Amino acid sequence: MSALQAHLPALQVIVPMLTAPLVILVKERRLCWAATLLASFCSLAIAISLCIDVLNGDSIRYLMGSWPAPWGIELRVDTFSALLLLIVNGSSSLALIGATASLDRDIESSRQPLFYAAWLLALAGLNGILVTADAFNIFVFMEISALASYVLISAGPNRRALPAVFKYLIMGTIGATFYLIGVGLIYLMTGTLNIADMALRIQDVADQKAILVAAGFITIGLALKAAVFPMHIWLPNAYTYAPNMVTVFLAACATKVSLYILLRIDFFVFQPNLSGHDFQFSYFLLPMSLLAILIASTVAMFEPNLKRLLAWSSVAQIGYITLGASLVSVAGLTASLLHMFNHALAKGALFLVIACLGISLSHLRIDNIAGIAKQMPWTMAAFVLAGLSLIGVPGTAGFISKWYLITATLEAGSWGPALVAIIIISSLMAVVYIWRIVEIAYFQPADEQAVVSEAPFFLLLSTWIAVALNFYFGLSAALPVELADSAARLLMGQMR
Amino acid sequence: MALLELYHYWVFVVLLMIGFYAVIAKLNLIKKLIGLSLFQAAVFLLYITMNKVEGGTAPIFTDGAVDQLYSNPLPQVLILTAIVVGISTLALGLGIVVRIKEEYDTIEEHEIQEIDRQ
Repeated sequence: MSALQAHLPALQVIVPMLTAPLVILVKERRLCWAATLLASFCSLAIAISLCIDVLNGDSIRYLMGSWPAPWGIELRVDTFSALLLLIVNGSSSLALIGATASLDRDIESSRQPLFYAAWLLALAGLNGILVTADAFNIFVFMEISALASYVLISAGPNRRALPAVFKYLIMGTIGATFYLIGVGLIYLMTGTLNIADMALRIQDVADQKAILVAAGFITIGLALKAAVFPMHIWLPNAYTYAPNMVTVFLAACATKVSLYILLRIDFFVFQPNLSGHDFQFSYFLLPMSLLAILIASTVAMFEPNLKRLLAWSSVAQIGYITLGASLVSVAGLTASLLHMFNHALAKGALFLVIACLGISLSHLRIDNIAGIAKQMPWTMAAFVLAGLSLIGVPGTAGFISKWYLITATLEAGSWGPALVAIIIISSLMAVVYIWRIVEIAYFQPADEQAVVSEAPFFLLLSTWIAVALNFYFGLSAALPVELADSAARLLMGQMR
Repeated sequence: MALLELYHYWVFVVLLMIGFYAVIAKLNLIKKLIGLSLFQAAVFLLYITMNKVEGGTAPIFTDGAVDQLYSNPLPQVLILTAIVVGISTLALGLGIVVRIKEEYDTIEEHEIQEIDRQ
């Protein structure tokens, strides 16, 4: 067991990656689902085990092929990556528990093995980004996960998924290529690709202009991939027309992993070494975060399509995450990382509810769900509870991160109260767009002809697990808070 | 003169911008993908040209060669990976265009938007 323990960082990627081709060979769709579920839970177990190992603040270093660090590829897991590993593997596992009924509706059974293989590759790519300490390696894993998620999204039943995924492919590739240019410029100036080594060698670079350009390329490229406003235009359609379970998986983690790369490289490599970079970083991100929060929430209030409504809400929530990061303080980063975790819980649960609705409804427009709470009481109850968490009502996970965010902005100086006002206004907007759905589902007369029945058991099970987690982490938030706080200190250089 | 000496950077930037322009301005999806390929190829050139050390040879150790100057082989290896990534992206992009053609019977972006609006 201990021999295996040492290789956990590598296994985190290898388990889903090797299961992917096996799934194609199996061909029987239920077996494929079982194998994918098993691999995903194995991966989750590895993530939890790694998380326990790093909780005391250590980081685990693993040398691929035992080649020493700056030359060989190093894997490194610290509290920051452990937090994201929990989000990614948790949301994949949770989505897969109830996936069969929803996927049978969206994807013909002969193609399901290929679909599961793409799912595992996306998982492997996302895990790879999180464990590696090598900037070029991140690019490769980023493209693996991106290519796999294009395939996942294009499997959507509506033909509009195709133009949506094409747009995502174009913008995603431009983002990744910008990142590649940035890494190339840093390599040109420092001769290294290992992130920790980069941070050391940049200190000796006399002319910082090229490094500054690299920082620009990397920030813009990753902001594109993370759908930071106004580079979010690929996101609403891609999330809307993807198969419902894919939206659950990707909405909970894909953009957050891009933000992880941005924060890791910016705070480890650029912040300590470029003079005035903290101002550049925060004056770039702060206005875009505020615009994202206000504009995307406003659009969500008037959007008739349920999935697109929640996708716009995701754009707003990414705004909260970047707002916390743009404060460039331990408190701000803690709030930001905590919100990554809690938003994944809330939005994962809400999209699972959408998947439940999608089993019996072919059109997910807001007027199609009139009075549906009578026929689907469990589903809509889950929606109300997860909605409370998204709004940030005390007792839910969403409250914890908003509380931290407000505390952090108040410390931020004279701007603080204005930022708090914006956070509160946008929370009220969230009340409006969640309430619109609740009102129609509960208080409007139902369409008598429509034959609607409660969602299948396993889908409801995973929805309610997600809802329960929202309340569990709302009442005892010790674990995510500890992880986020330790990761924030690591990023701000207080633990090195 | 200093500007001309760095001509490989100019090739990189010009190629990058031509590709970027095609991605943004062209409405035909295939032309967009061609632009995307050019865009990526420009970055490959950036990596490949940076490894050249003036007067350096191929990094192969031979008997008796002391104080030999070698070029850096790593960027070429890196870009080999990036080329594979680029080809996969292009293949997937073309695959999606084929599916779009089957479903919409056009590969012009504005016509697709028109059809979707109906």
